[in-house]
Amino acid sequence: MSNNNRFDVSLPIKYGLIAGVVALFVSVIGMVALFAERDLIAGVLTLGQVILFLAPAALSYQAASKAPTGKNGTALLYGAITGFVAALPLISLIYVYTLIDLRQFFPNVSPSLMEILTFGQGPGLGSLILLVVSTVLGLVSAGLYLLPDKYRRPIMSGLVGTLVVGMFSEILTERLRFFFGARFVAIVITSKALRPLTALFIFVVVTAIAYWWIQRGEQARERLTQRTTARDPRMRWIGIGLLIIFFLILPLLLGTYLSEVVNNVLIFALMGFGLNIVVGFAGLLDLGYVAFFAIGAYTMAILTSEGALGVGGLSFWLAVPICVLAGVIGGLILGVPVLRMRGDYLAIVTLGFGEIIRILALSDLLKPYIGGAQGVLQIPKPTIVGLDLIKPDQFYYVVLIGVLIAAFVSWRLSGARLGRQWMAMREDEDVAEAMGIKLVNSKLLAFAIGASFAALSGAIFASKLTSIFPHSFNLLISINVLCLIIVGGMGSLPGVIVGALFLVGLPELLREFAEYRLLMYGVLLIVMMLVRPEGIWPSAVRRRELHVYEQDDSARRPAAEPLPKAETREPGMEGPPHL
Amino acid sequence: MRQRFQDLDWIGLALWVFRAVIIVLIIWGTVATLIENPYSARQWTDIIIFGIAQGSMYALIAIGYTLVYGVLFMINFAHGEFFMSGIVTATVLVTTPMAATGFLNRQPILSLLIIGLVAVIVSVGVSLLTERIAYRPLRKAPRLVPLITAIGASFFWQYAFRGLFGSQVIPFPVPDQIRGTVSLLGTEVLKTHILVIITTIIMLVGLQLFIMRSRTGKSIRAVAEDKDSAALMGIDVDRAVSITFATGAAMAGIAGLLYAMVFTQVHFFMGFFPGLKAFTAAVLGGIGSIPGAAIGGLLIGLFESIGPILFLEGVGVPAPHQLKDVIAFTMLVLVLIFRPQGILGERLAEKKA
Repeated sequence: MSNNNRFDVSLPIKYGLIAGVVALFVSVIGMVALFAERDLIAGVLTLGQVILFLAPAALSYQAASKAPTGKNGTALLYGAITGFVAALPLISLIYVYTLIDLRQFFPNVSPSLMEILTFGQGPGLGSLILLVVSTVLGLVSAGLYLLPDKYRRPIMSGLVGTLVVGMFSEILTERLRFFFGARFVAIVITSKALRPLTALFIFVVVTAIAYWWIQRGEQARERLTQRTTARDPRMRWIGIGLLIIFFLILPLLLGTYLSEVVNNVLIFALMGFGLNIVVGFAGLLDLGYVAFFAIGAYTMAILTSEGALGVGGLSFWLAVPICVLAGVIGGLILGVPVLRMRGDYLAIVTLGFGEIIRILALSDLLKPYIGGAQGVLQIPKPTIVGLDLIKPDQFYYVVLIGVLIAAFVSWRLSGARLGRQWMAMREDEDVAEAMGIKLVNSKLLAFAIGASFAALSGAIFASKLTSIFPHSFNLLISINVLCLIIVGGMGSLPGVIVGALFLVGLPELLREFAEYRLLMYGVLLIVMMLVRPEGIWPSAVRRRELHVYEQDDSARRPAAEPLPKAETREPGMEGPPHL
Repeated sequence: MRQRFQDLDWIGLALWVFRAVIIVLIIWGTVATLIENPYSARQWTDIIIFGIAQGSMYALIAIGYTLVYGVLFMINFAHGEFFMSGIVTATVLVTTPMAATGFLNRQPILSLLIIGLVAVIVSVGVSLLTERIAYRPLRKAPRLVPLITAIGASFFWQYAFRGLFGSQVIPFPVPDQIRGTVSLLGTEVLKTHILVIITTIIMLVGLQLFIMRSRTGKSIRAVAEDKDSAALMGIDVDRAVSITFATGAAMAGIAGLLYAMVFTQVHFFMGFFPGLKAFTAAVLGGIGSIPGAAIGGLLIGLFESIGPILFLEGVGVPAPHQLKDVIAFTMLVLVLIFRPQGILGERLAEKKA
């Protein structure tokens, strides 16, 4: 809340301009037009419109929250002004488009974008509609802000829930048809989008559940935490048992396509567990992690391939341990030179290593052995007792075994002496060494174990694709894995799975996202670091670390360390000197 | 630090072996190439001048890394994108229409100035926006947090510009007047290469004067020395940091124009590898030092263009040009392992890295 008690029109105008520029940006780079192809609610709402109006709505909400306390009228007016101003950049785009052909400069400013911006009504009437819609939206989000908390949160959950269900309605169609039959599907979903009534129904249900949860959830949660803190071993084993059964029958529920998606998610999660050890536990930022993935994949390819490059002709199961061993050796070899580096230098050097491996794989130098740009072909799929695991819902179990091993090893390590050594090292290398930790050993072990998971993942990946090419092992894989552990929460094991679901699963399901995947990763990395550096599902230790100064902030900080006036600080970001 | 690993001498040993292997490879390759000498003197001069021109660009980009590292002690991973953003925008919005109307060939100098100005403005704008949103709020955060936002910013800008201008390679029309070669010291040299080298020298001298002589330059150096004391002396730290970013980005914008003239095309991904190599150059020269960045850039450029032929071909590597990036990255690794303070740097690496 602002201390400023009078009406200040420059604030909503500023917010509106920001929102308008963001909306203009997403339109011009083509996100709006592309995402508009995905209907959320048939005939009412497309994903493109959600993307377009997200910034105006969010900033109107923000503007309303900056209004003087208790003056609801001002808050509503702020919201409306923000929405109104936010529409202006878009309207200028519409008019500039009528004057000159913007397409020669910006290929994504297409007639279909104009169709969306003007609601298909032509520039004149369309601009007016856009203006009205944006203003009303600003008003509504300001109104949402003014609602008491106990209504606001359920309504927001309802909105988000409806949008999510709408986004996935295409996939839902296929699954629902499988379980409930085509008749049921035709009633709730039409041409890949929710029917308006279905959407309303989902909104009401989710809102009601969220309302109930907020009202009653407190008690339920308390009971649950009591259960778990009591450490009833039987409860824990039942929980783990249920989880295992769920994972075992998952492909039956999901069908072929979704199993394939889950396989990709799990392969990345497996790498995530490995990088989590290196970055999350030991605090060594490794940007060349893909090198070990490539080592595993190429080892598997060469050992098992039935093509010209194959050596040995081993079976998948015999080759896997060799791949893991190759990963460990790779981790040690690349680990030794960087032992004395810290922080950002380490990041750049490992990035260099990753690129060197990729370029070598592409080069003519190694072509006689690993195929150069043509890659290695004809890698067989694994077999169990004569049964070829060809279909994704069969192959799933291979990936699952890998992930379970990695998760189990990580989980046991995190509490073990080695894991605690890593965390001590992450906090402060000098102090850790003074406590008797051998930095060399623990660093090398972190690199080696992390690399072994990546190699395992690479081996499974090679066998899944049955042919591999150097282009699959670029820097983006490293960035992808890094993003997923940051988003999930560094050092947190459930965070790895959550991160993989978000960053690998979502883009797989929403194919049109693929083009803007890295754009959104970039935004996500920045936003996560600004807003929630500990990740979605943080480990308890890290959360404490990142908020270590928060509790005694008012008591100690300002007196002990007066800040220069111009410095802006983010609450909760004053952690230890390195991550 | 030196005592740290004393109990494990085998690491030092391993690093020495690593270094020895590289040196033996280089000497072996060089000797073998020189004995065979499949290239004429003319080809060698071409390669060397191309190396100097490329090195000049790396030097200009490296300035941005060096300045920002000197002031904030962070690696601005997104700097390669500042380099890309300016020239890609200028190519699509200014150069292509100019070429279509024939203005480019009628007024080549004026056109290039306008293109350069647009590139610089966009690069500076992108850098200021990045600094304001992704770096400034995190200035007091743990060291790796801004590095991660920098990686995020890098990918954001790459794909934002891909979305804006498309994913295709965009041709950069070069004015007719600067095509072709001139004779210089008995050999034919491409005019663009000469233009690149001269522009770089002017920019670097100007920058050195700006940092060392001007009031603003002084405030930047004061902030680099000690932010809190500088603030107490009445220097606006935020403004100094913004100017630092803007200066680096302006250099990168000019480097973008030079790159476009040499390679006659631009692309949304073009900033990434030159960025990494320029970072290598900055580290090689001694990060935080402007003359160091110039020397480092020159060395990287030369090594990259001569290296594949001189070292690798002699060893018997097929198609050594594919490995020119490997040479740059290997240099990066070697420098960071064996001389992290660089050629002209003080011992920054231990204190702050």
